[in-house]
Amino acid sequence: MARKNIPALADVIEAGRRIEHHVPWPRAVVTAKVWNLAVEQLAAGRWSVLGLWGEPDKVHMALLDEALAIGVISLDCRGGRYPSVGQHHPPALRLERAAADLFGLAPQGLPDTRRWLDHGQWGVSHPLAAQPGGPAAAAAYRFLAAEGESLHQIAVGPVHAGIIEPGHFRFTAGGETVVRLEERLGYVHKGIEGLMAGAPVDRAAKLAGRTSGDSTVAYSLAFARAVEAALGIEVPARAIWLRALMAELERLANHLGDIGAICNDAAFAIMHAHCGVLRERVLRAADAAFGHRLMRDRIVPGGTASDLNEAGTSAIRSLVAEIRKRFPHLIELYDNTASLQDRTVATGRLKVELARQYAAGGYVGRASGRDFDARRDLAFAPYDQLTFDVPVLRDGDVNARVWIRVREVEQSLSLVEQILGRLPAGPISVEIATAGDIADGPREGMALVEGFRGDILVWLRIGEGGTVERCHLRDPSWFQWPLLEAAIEGNIVADFPLCNKSFNCSYSGHDL
Amino acid sequence: MRKLLFESLIRPPLTERPPQASNAAVDELARALDGLARKRLGRSLSIRAVDAGSCNGCELEMHALNNAFYDIERFGFRFVASPRHADMLLVTGPVTKNMREALKRTFDATPNPKWVVALGDCAKDGGCFAGSYAVVGGVSDVVPVDLHIPGCPPPPIEILKGLIALLDGANGKAGVAKG
Repeated sequence: MARKNIPALADVIEAGRRIEHHVPWPRAVVTAKVWNLAVEQLAAGRWSVLGLWGEPDKVHMALLDEALAIGVISLDCRGGRYPSVGQHHPPALRLERAAADLFGLAPQGLPDTRRWLDHGQWGVSHPLAAQPGGPAAAAAYRFLAAEGESLHQIAVGPVHAGIIEPGHFRFTAGGETVVRLEERLGYVHKGIEGLMAGAPVDRAAKLAGRTSGDSTVAYSLAFARAVEAALGIEVPARAIWLRALMAELERLANHLGDIGAICNDAAFAIMHAHCGVLRERVLRAADAAFGHRLMRDRIVPGGTASDLNEAGTSAIRSLVAEIRKRFPHLIELYDNTASLQDRTVATGRLKVELARQYAAGGYVGRASGRDFDARRDLAFAPYDQLTFDVPVLRDGDVNARVWIRVREVEQSLSLVEQILGRLPAGPISVEIATAGDIADGPREGMALVEGFRGDILVWLRIGEGGTVERCHLRDPSWFQWPLLEAAIEGNIVADFPLCNKSFNCSYSGHDL
Repeated sequence: MRKLLFESLIRPPLTERPPQASNAAVDELARALDGLARKRLGRSLSIRAVDAGSCNGCELEMHALNNAFYDIERFGFRFVASPRHADMLLVTGPVTKNMREALKRTFDATPNPKWVVALGDCAKDGGCFAGSYAVVGGVSDVVPVDLHIPGCPPPPIEILKGLIALLDGANGKAGVAKG
């Protein structure tokens, strides 16, 4: 290694055994020593974890270094054991607990060995291991202690008081002030990665598009890109641009919905009503343009499943005009209402250091100074040919997370216009002939796509007969949920809904 | 804010805009629902949403029922915070094994008479998640279901249609005693 003390990710990859068919970023099988060297870089705050996932007797970790280079290192786990990353770098902690539940991998030195996704209800333990075990006993979950005078606990969920996904929140409060929040998730674990193993690519694509309903476009895009990378498929230009159009419409719909919902949690219903109207208009335009309100299953490996015609184009154009006309008034209203600002400013502050350590994506990271956007920094097509800004703030409060969304709505409107203006003609998909391509062994592909919530990682291996051997999907929420616990500390219990909505983490995307 | 409020006063309501196909359908449904809801329930049906494992797609369309276009509260349909306040459970998702107990308890906490509506393709039989080690199956595998509304996810207009079907079917037996 060139610089012994501060290696680059490339050096670590170089030190391992390169896997031949892993596209577009390199993967190498490394020794425990090299693995630990990478963990040192993480602990020192130089690199970030993009994902950590298991396979029977193997563990993989996707990394991002300071120069924004990406790579995957893999470790063979003799007897299922490997040196824990989470003990030195907390962002990996829950990922390791999940891999332990699913594959029976035992991270040595992991400080928290409670089960995470496995609630003792599956009738099987380590369901994805080479040899799954007998049913795990359903033991009571030990919540972390908080000690002090006059503290009390508030248990919330899994069934919440609204139209929300299920999860459990355990608050310890001193009077009105939250002393500790601990999340317990996994309630909507559907075993998606288990269902994908051995599935044909088209079925796996459907499952990927149902990982998190609000990000169905982003997940379908990430999955399709990973398949295409693995198989070396060139997607027609028109499909690439249509995909970006769908992705920006999805971002618009979610951001508009969120801005309204955050204000609603501060009891400011007029914003909610008006933003709800704009969100509905986006869904209707998406329906007119692509035949589905959420554009589900419209992106497929090889291209897109629906084309855009004249009527669809004009529906989107009038949508953009409508939002441009109405949205500025809503922003003005948000900005000029002191009683609303009173609730959002300085509430739920997430520290810049934590956002950086956890490599928090999306508005959570960008509202706390983390200047990363996969569209710009990885410049996947067609974003390399489009002009847009990535807004970044450092306040880290609810207000900052609102403003990042506001600015991103404006950027997405501009992107939609640019895309409509330059949409190339031609076919919208190519056949993916999987079986023939992999005569010389399995192919691995990976993609990192910017969803509305942050970067979604998909890693997969296509094996014999063109079926998916293993696919891992990492939602941005994995690195945001833990930060919500930190951001709420010292706030009042009544501000939790506000903080929670401003994060808007996915339960289903996380639980998988 | 005054300007926005004033504008809202002079603008026609979104629900009564010149008919496009979908808006006309909303109007028609609105009239039908209104009459039935009034007759059976005295303009009040309290709905408790339970996500038993959904991808969150169905929840998004449930939220849309509350926007100005569908405005479900016009009919006295309300989403409530507790199953103890509910006449009806609107359940989404394949029921995951980790949510089975919570769904059962929510059902038990809902007073009789009560309805259960299973929302979305997954709620019928587990949909594309059926067969997983972590999934029980459809909603009816855990609690008795009165009506299933298909779709992935069902658009708000389909959910409204489903609620009419439920009220029609409940003719003469306003809610079924269960549990």
